[in-house]
Amino acid sequence: MIEQIEHHPLDELLRVDRIPHIWCSTCGLGIVLNSFLTAVRESGISRQDIAVVSGIGCTGRAAGYVNLDSFHTTHGRALPFATGLKLGNPKLKVVVISGDGDLVAIGGNHLIHSARRNMDLTVICVNNFNYAMTGGQFGPTTPPGAKLTTAPFGSYEHPFNLPFLVDSCGATYVARWTVLHVRQMTDAFREALEHPGFSFVEVISPCPTVYGRRNQLGSGLDIVKYYREKSVVRNDIDTRECEIELGGTIVVGRFVRKRKPTYLEKMNEYLRQSVGEAFVPYSGPVDDAGD
Amino acid sequence: MGENRAILTGVHFWDGDYACAEGAIAAGCRFFAGYPITPSTEIAERIAQRFPLVGGTFIQMEDELASMAAVLGAAWAGTKAMTVTSGPGFSLMQENIGLGAMTETPCVVVDVQRGGPSTGLPTLTGQQDMMQARWGSHGDYEIIALSPSSPQECFDLTITCFDLSEKYRVPVLFMMDECVGHMTERVVVPEAERVKPVSRRWYRGPKNAYRPFKPDPDGVPPMVRAGQDYRIHITGLTHDERGYPVINAECQHWCVTRLVNKIRDNAEKIVMLDEYQVEDAEVLVVAYGISARVAFRAIEEARSRGIRAGMLRLITVWPFPERRVRELAAQVKAMVMPEINLGQVYLELERVVAGRCRTRHVPHCGGWVHDPKDIFEAIMECTR
Amino acid sequence: MKLWRKPLDAEEKKPPRGEVHILIERCKGCGFCITFCPKQVLESSTDFNRKGYHPPIVKYPERCVNCGLCTIICGEFAIWTTPAEEPADGGK
Repeated sequence: MIEQIEHHPLDELLRVDRIPHIWCSTCGLGIVLNSFLTAVRESGISRQDIAVVSGIGCTGRAAGYVNLDSFHTTHGRALPFATGLKLGNPKLKVVVISGDGDLVAIGGNHLIHSARRNMDLTVICVNNFNYAMTGGQFGPTTPPGAKLTTAPFGSYEHPFNLPFLVDSCGATYVARWTVLHVRQMTDAFREALEHPGFSFVEVISPCPTVYGRRNQLGSGLDIVKYYREKSVVRNDIDTRECEIELGGTIVVGRFVRKRKPTYLEKMNEYLRQSVGEAFVPYSGPVDDAGD
Repeated sequence: MGENRAILTGVHFWDGDYACAEGAIAAGCRFFAGYPITPSTEIAERIAQRFPLVGGTFIQMEDELASMAAVLGAAWAGTKAMTVTSGPGFSLMQENIGLGAMTETPCVVVDVQRGGPSTGLPTLTGQQDMMQARWGSHGDYEIIALSPSSPQECFDLTITCFDLSEKYRVPVLFMMDECVGHMTERVVVPEAERVKPVSRRWYRGPKNAYRPFKPDPDGVPPMVRAGQDYRIHITGLTHDERGYPVINAECQHWCVTRLVNKIRDNAEKIVMLDEYQVEDAEVLVVAYGISARVAFRAIEEARSRGIRAGMLRLITVWPFPERRVRELAAQVKAMVMPEINLGQVYLELERVVAGRCRTRHVPHCGGWVHDPKDIFEAIMECTR
Repeated sequence: MKLWRKPLDAEEKKPPRGEVHILIERCKGCGFCITFCPKQVLESSTDFNRKGYHPPIVKYPERCVNCGLCTIICGEFAIWTTPAEEPADGGK
């Protein structure tokens, strides 16, 4: 009955020569990648029009596995790199896939300003509550009480509530799902890809090897079972109510979806009005590219 | 509303910052990301004013880390991109200058130098970022850095910076200083058809044969841009020809020696020097930027007293003009190097001269230029 | 109170059938597909793949309704379903 067929339906969007990826067994990152590529396929956006930008860390490796134009940049700088890429070629759909440490700690300034500008970017922020690549240190999203190598007695810092953070900064699409919610997550990615402006999807994802082990949460499978028990869908909720506590309820859903002029729309409209006829809009990359 | 020609042919009275902005526009730069910092801000202001009229995109980022990252992103989108800054911002940019070197991304970074360290002298001059230009980002790499001595050169050499960055696929650093940036002089902009900027080294071969880091015979790989369905992967990790990360010593050797050698092996083609009264010189002043202008006075003074003084002006500081300096070291009695720091490029001069002639540094902490008398005295001392 | 009724077309409409495909060597044995398959089609193999993991095997092929959950919840791109033809004997 088991038939060995060479090609998974997503293989054309994967760098199959780089599979298996580096992520641990029962890590959620492969699911996020799967879901993202499924959303890309469903969205109908032409493959050449999508570029993926990542920062550093476990999630940062995502760019290396997509068979799309992909950029694995410096720690925290995925968003400004993506901003340059998008403004340099506004025809591109630019997606940032990175982790909570990368986007919110070292890249936090870029996150709030990209959201403020309503920059035409899609951000997938995989939140595993710690710095996993470096062996499990606490980070800006670590729930109080969680133990990590640099918080051996448990973290006592106040963590960020990411949907509230980006919402308050001006993001126009904000959702949160766990890797268990594969269908909703895929729909959210597709909606985020189609959304004009700054769209942000937080994905709660298990890190079995460090966060899970240090906090005796079991394997990634056990952690995902916990998501099944403890997650509550509450669409359109006030994002202030999305805080995550250790072992507590995880509020998921689509929280924000609104229309507001994007950075590019605003820039071009404003300059067209204030500069008048003399305004020459940017016409995209130079055309001697041989294509 | 303003001038909408990209190349403002004619004679102008511009400061170095304006001339630099106009040079960038003339070179075809159409993306700018920056963060305000004295004394470079006038370049950003000029670009913000001019870009909407010439089809460029200007964005003021949240910091210099972001500015440099955005410039790299825009370069991979296929456009010519630039950022400008000064010392403190230049420090922040080093991270992504390293990514630019590693990913061989053409772009231009202008550093209008002021006195440091730290916040130092925001409004006063310095030449203290010269070694940071060379070694500022971690790891081994080679970089190209130019230094202008006049507003005219701010215009001309900004175009050269873009040309070199496209030819060698490397971030090119334009090491201005506060004096040159704020000095107002005559700047002649040639007719548009005489400005022939180098275009990107686009890949022209069959699509499926493209390897992002497979070099041409001169050591530099051709480039594609995002959106052409080449599905490139570009990473700051040590990578192979395909651009895929390979974490081992063999690949590190291949990757890093190539980054270094593409500049070292082409150094003779990159190096630009301005030689003045060198033929018969017994004492040679080696200088760059504003310090070279000041040194002319000292050289004239020495000549008037019968001392055969000359000048080797470094237009490219990095790569350092090793061959020519060695030749001249065999000819002259001494080399005198004034620079507005306590010994940076001088260390390289000493290394290259390697005792072939006497060398003498004329240091200055910054805040003002040298007194020509100090340079003159150094010249005189070397003749004794 | 009865909250649902039997669909009027229940006799005509048949649930879709699916066929499961597994790339054994890609599997890292996380067990997500086995645990979350709504029809419990899969179980863990006692065999190891080359990486040393137990890949899933299809225990109840007739139960698969081609919902595709395993396809998308597999982080290794190792399992997927395709529509299957109704067997001649109606699956009995």
